[in-house]
Amino acid sequence: MTTSTPRAWWKTGVGLVLTGLMLFPVYWMINVSVTRDQDMRASPPHLFPTNGTLDGYRAVLDQQLPYLGTSFLVGLGTVALTVALAAPAGYALAKLRPPGGPALSFLLLIAQMIPGIIMAMGFYAIYLTLGVLNTLPGLILADTTLAVPFAVLIFTAFMSGIPDELLQAAVVDGAGRLRTFWSVVLPVSRNSIVTVSLFAFLWSWSDFIFASTLAGGGDHQPITLGIYHYIGNNNQQWNAIMATAVVASIPAAVLLILAQRYVSMGVTAGAVKD
Amino acid sequence: MPSTTETTAVRDPGGAASAAPPGPPPSRARRPSRWWAWGFLAPVTIYLAAFYAYPLYRNVELSLREYTVRSFVQGGAPFAGLDNYQMVLTDLAFGPTLTHTVVFTAASLAFQFTIGMALALFFHQHFPLSRTLRALILVPWLLPLIVSASTWSWLLNSDSGLVNAALGVVGIDPVNWLTSPGWSLTSVIIANVWIGIPFNLVVLYSGLQAIPTEMYEASALDGATGWQRFWGITFPLLRPVSLITLLLGLIYTLKVFDIIWIMTKGGPTGSSATLATWSYRLGFGNLLPEFGPGAAIGNLLIVLALIAGLVYIRIERRQQLR
Repeated sequence: MTTSTPRAWWKTGVGLVLTGLMLFPVYWMINVSVTRDQDMRASPPHLFPTNGTLDGYRAVLDQQLPYLGTSFLVGLGTVALTVALAAPAGYALAKLRPPGGPALSFLLLIAQMIPGIIMAMGFYAIYLTLGVLNTLPGLILADTTLAVPFAVLIFTAFMSGIPDELLQAAVVDGAGRLRTFWSVVLPVSRNSIVTVSLFAFLWSWSDFIFASTLAGGGDHQPITLGIYHYIGNNNQQWNAIMATAVVASIPAAVLLILAQRYVSMGVTAGAVKD
Repeated sequence: MPSTTETTAVRDPGGAASAAPPGPPPSRARRPSRWWAWGFLAPVTIYLAAFYAYPLYRNVELSLREYTVRSFVQGGAPFAGLDNYQMVLTDLAFGPTLTHTVVFTAASLAFQFTIGMALALFFHQHFPLSRTLRALILVPWLLPLIVSASTWSWLLNSDSGLVNAALGVVGIDPVNWLTSPGWSLTSVIIANVWIGIPFNLVVLYSGLQAIPTEMYEASALDGATGWQRFWGITFPLLRPVSLITLLLGLIYTLKVFDIIWIMTKGGPTGSSATLATWSYRLGFGNLLPEFGPGAAIGNLLIVLALIAGLVYIRIERRQQLR
């Protein structure tokens, strides 16, 4: 492969332009987040933050920390619950082949297709009766529905690849099924646990519909609602809004930098079989 | 087909020899003992029943009763049969909202897929930095929807938005993207296409990678042009992946709620409302919630999503059999 021919570098140039176009709104978000209030309505808008300010980020620190804390806790809870529910299920579907297993996989596939608004309305009615509206556990339970079907799919696909000999060796050594799962299957499935956890965290962090319906009136509001209230207020402090948006994007950025490989794996897992 | 049976036949003796003595094949009578495996499936099954099936059931129930705020809290709403559905279907807003849903979905899919395909073909050429750039393009897909939606709201702002400023440079009058009934649907489609491109790119790219390079080498020897290669090899071989990409896109796009609600709340005057935002507006968007009709719209939406879902599953099954 001759990758450094002039022609190849010319393509890199085109690639840079295309990527730049795609990411321009992200740049604009960052640019607006450091724009001074008096420059906000400048015509034409300033393309570069020459007179930058950190006022927006100061507003985030002053006003948005509780929201960020809530989102973080809900995210962690969602990750824990998702892995606890989906990893055993993936193991059973991949390796134990129980009767009725395919039917369960089918149901999970269907469950993924239910629009969020429908789930939200059902959850709202149930939570109202149970009195768990506006609570952290309530939001965690609802956010977990976003990730569980995908998580079972990933775990099943990954655990199918574990050699049977490895599991049989554990049984020969006298390990029960539960012990095999805990000390053999889970440790070798580390990659899939990472993938599932990253996505479960990101989806719960980004959730707006459950947050606005199930946690909109309480003390435990996640960052998506923090931004939403900002937009709703008429003071229109756009540098503060965009600064919050930048901060809310950090988990996505971290995920992309730390786990690029897993991200592509996760995106394609549902659509392409190899 | 013959090759697959051959490989399993070759692989089988080794595996079976260590596990079972030669003679009759392992009996299927041992199967029932596998019911214990449901111990591992129990948590997720209970979860499915409690947090998917039950909310769905509650939603159907909501749509069949006449709820008021009081009976919603205390129970005892009278059974209304299909009244809520009738109310929704005969509502003057139903026709336009359904049209918006179809236009939003079709336009989003068409642009996401075309642009995603073009980018996938471009990045498939492997040049320096292509991996890094391809990863960067994933960003819009990973951002929280509220972040993307509010960024686009500001870009499309009538007075101070960059888009209107850019149009002004080439001499086009400013457009009221989000506040005029004629443009609001276009605006939310633009934002949604931007969010959906990365998904299409990644899936189609992985489909491209599955095409053996020998096929291209052979056609290059035959002197085929790039355009001929695309229509002669790439496009037909990519058809299964394309179909799945489009169907998954359809299922996701029908669900889209956040972007529209955050950017326009379905307005102005319902000009960008889809079934999803209408359902939310009835249930949560007004001071006086109308859960019955809201749930009825939700259930209509789910029927649409399930039809698309079943087609998807059918196609995927058929491809796996090949």
